[in-house]
Amino acid sequence: MQFGIFTVGDVTTDPTNNTTPTENERIKAILTIAQKAEEVGLDVFALGEHHNEPFVPSSPTTMLGYVAAKTENLLLSTATTLITTNDPVKIAEDYAMLQHVADGRVDMMMGRGNTGPVYPWFGKDIRQGIPLAIENYALLRRLWDEDVVDWEGTFRTPLQGFTSTPRPLDGVAPFVWHGSIRSPEIAEQAAYYGDGFFANHIFWPKEHFQRLIAYYRQRFEHYGHGQADQAYVGLGGQVFMAKNSQDAVNQFRPYFDNAPVYGHGPSLEDFTEQTPLTVGSPQQVIDRTLTFRDTFGDYQRQLFLMDHAGLPLKTVLEQLDMLGELVVPTLRKEMDAKRPAHVPDGPTHQSQIERMAARAAAREVAEADAQSVVAAEAARSGALAGAGAGAGTARSAGTGAAFGIKGA
Amino acid sequence: MTENTSSPKKLVAVSAGLSQPSSTRLLADRLAEATVADLRDRGIDVELTMIDLRDVANDITSNLMTGFASSKLQGAIDAVSNADGLIATTPIFTASYSGLFKSFFDVIDNTALTGLPVLIAATGGTPRHSLALDHAMRPLFSYLRASVLPTSVFAATEDWGHGAADDGFPTLPDRIRRAAGELAAAVAVSKRSTEVKDPFALDSSFSPIGAYGAQ
Repeated sequence: MQFGIFTVGDVTTDPTNNTTPTENERIKAILTIAQKAEEVGLDVFALGEHHNEPFVPSSPTTMLGYVAAKTENLLLSTATTLITTNDPVKIAEDYAMLQHVADGRVDMMMGRGNTGPVYPWFGKDIRQGIPLAIENYALLRRLWDEDVVDWEGTFRTPLQGFTSTPRPLDGVAPFVWHGSIRSPEIAEQAAYYGDGFFANHIFWPKEHFQRLIAYYRQRFEHYGHGQADQAYVGLGGQVFMAKNSQDAVNQFRPYFDNAPVYGHGPSLEDFTEQTPLTVGSPQQVIDRTLTFRDTFGDYQRQLFLMDHAGLPLKTVLEQLDMLGELVVPTLRKEMDAKRPAHVPDGPTHQSQIERMAARAAAREVAEADAQSVVAAEAARSGALAGAGAGAGTARSAGTGAAFGIKGA
Repeated sequence: MTENTSSPKKLVAVSAGLSQPSSTRLLADRLAEATVADLRDRGIDVELTMIDLRDVANDITSNLMTGFASSKLQGAIDAVSNADGLIATTPIFTASYSGLFKSFFDVIDNTALTGLPVLIAATGGTPRHSLALDHAMRPLFSYLRASVLPTSVFAATEDWGHGAADDGFPTLPDRIRRAAGELAAAVAVSKRSTEVKDPFALDSSFSPIGAYGAQ
C-alpha cells in the first residue's frame, strides 16, 4: 500500500501570529515538504492545481519536475489535474515529459475543479463540467495510447495526424486516478477505463463515500477489469498529531477555527466526529486510519493533508517526522498483512507496464478467438473464410490502442 | 413484491419559529392536526413528523460552510425529501421568510422537493405582512418544482383572538380547515414516500467515453 501527502498549496495567514508567507516562501515550502516526504519514508507526494488566489500551484509539472530531480524514490502525483479547463493535448505532453524526467515515478489524479470563474477564464462553462471531463479524458487516453491521432470533438479544435510528444515512457501512460466527491459519472468513468478512483473524503461523512466507492468497485467489475475488490481505491485523510492528544487539540484548534473551508463553522469536536479529521496522538491516527479499511475495503493509496490553514513550515515538517516514524510503518504493516494476495498493491510505473502487457495479451487472445469463431462459422456456412467482420468484437473492449490510425 | 398500499402517508411539518413557545410552531401544529384529521376522515393512515429548525440551526450554518449535513440535519432533510406532503411555516422577518427558513431549503438538493405538495404558512405581527406568502414563499417552492397549494395561511397576532365568523368573513380556523383539506387531498394520492430513489442513476444519454470517445 502507498502512503503519502497531498497539498492544495494555499497561502493562508497563520492565525497564531498573524503572519502570511509570500508566494515565494510558500512555493519553496511546498518543495521542501515534498522532499521531506521522501526523507521520512512516504511513497507519494501529490500537488494540487489552482488558478486563483490564495493558491500558488498553477504550474504543477514545473514544481514536480524540481522534486523529481531532488528525490530518488518518491512517486509524484497530482491532486488534482484539471481535466476540464486544461487542454488535454498539453496534459498529454506535460505529464509524458514528467514521466521521462522522473524515470516513471509519475501518476495523476483527474479532477473537474469547483471554482466557478476558473472555467470562463479558460474559455469553458462550468455547467459542461462532466461532458468536459469525459471528452477531454477520452482524447487524453488516445494521445497517450496511440502514436498518431485523428480526432474531432465538441470542446477543442480537431486533430489530424497529430502525435503527442514525448511518447509515454516505455509506451505506458501514467496511471490515472479520477477524483470526485459526489458524481457517479466520474466513478463510472474510472471504472470504465479500469483506472483508480480517489475519494477525498476529508470534508464529508463516510456513509456518502461508502456508497460512491461501492458503486465504483461494482462498475469496475462490470467492465471486466477484475473483481470489485481488485479496483484501485485511494482515500484522503487529515491529521494533526502530538505525543499527548490534548496538546494536539490545543495546538491545532486556532488553525482549525480559522481555516479556509470549514473555519468559523462546526466545532473541532463535531468535525473530527463527522469527518476523517483526526487530531490526537499518533496511536489515535493509526487507529482511525485503520477504520478506513473496515469501511471501504482494502485500498491502495492513503494521502494525508498536512500543510494547510496557515500551519508554519517548521510545524509541518515536525508533523511529517511523526507521520513517517510513528504512524505509517505501523499502518503499512497492518494494511499489507490484511490485504489478500489477489488485491493489487498501489500502482507504479512497473506494475502498469505489466498490467498493460497483460491487457494487450488478453486482447490478442480475444481477437484470435473472435477470428477463429468467424472462420469456423464461415466454414460451416460454406462462405469464404476471412470475409467476416470479426474485428468488430474487439472494439467494445478497446478504448484506444486497438484503433490505430483512423482510415479516411 | 407488491406495493403495500396500506403503508402510512408521510406528512412533515417544518417550523422556523425561534421562540419557545412559538406562534409559528403553534400554527404548524394546527395545520398538521387539521390535515391529519382530514386524512383520517378519508380512511388514510398518516405518519406525522414535526421539525423545529431551531433544533438544527447550528447544523444548518455548518452545512452552509462545509457542504455536508450532520446526521441530525440529514435526518430532517431526508424526512422532507421523502414526504408525501409538507407544511412549511415561518415567521415573517423583514418582509420575507426568516433567514433560518431559507437556509434550511438552501442546503437541500434543488431537485429533492420536485412534485412535493406544500402548504405554505406564516406568522407575523400584523396582517399587513401577509403577502410575503405570495411574493416570497410561493416562488421559492415554485423554483424547487414543488406543488404549492392554492390556499396559504397567514396568522397575524390578532388572528389568535378571533372566534367564529360572526361577521361573515373567514377566520383563521376556517382558513386552516380549507388549506388542510387541499393538502390532505394531495397527500392522499401522493406516492412520493414509496418511490425508490437511486442516487447513482445515470442519465440514459451518459457514456463514460462521451459522444466522440472511441472514433
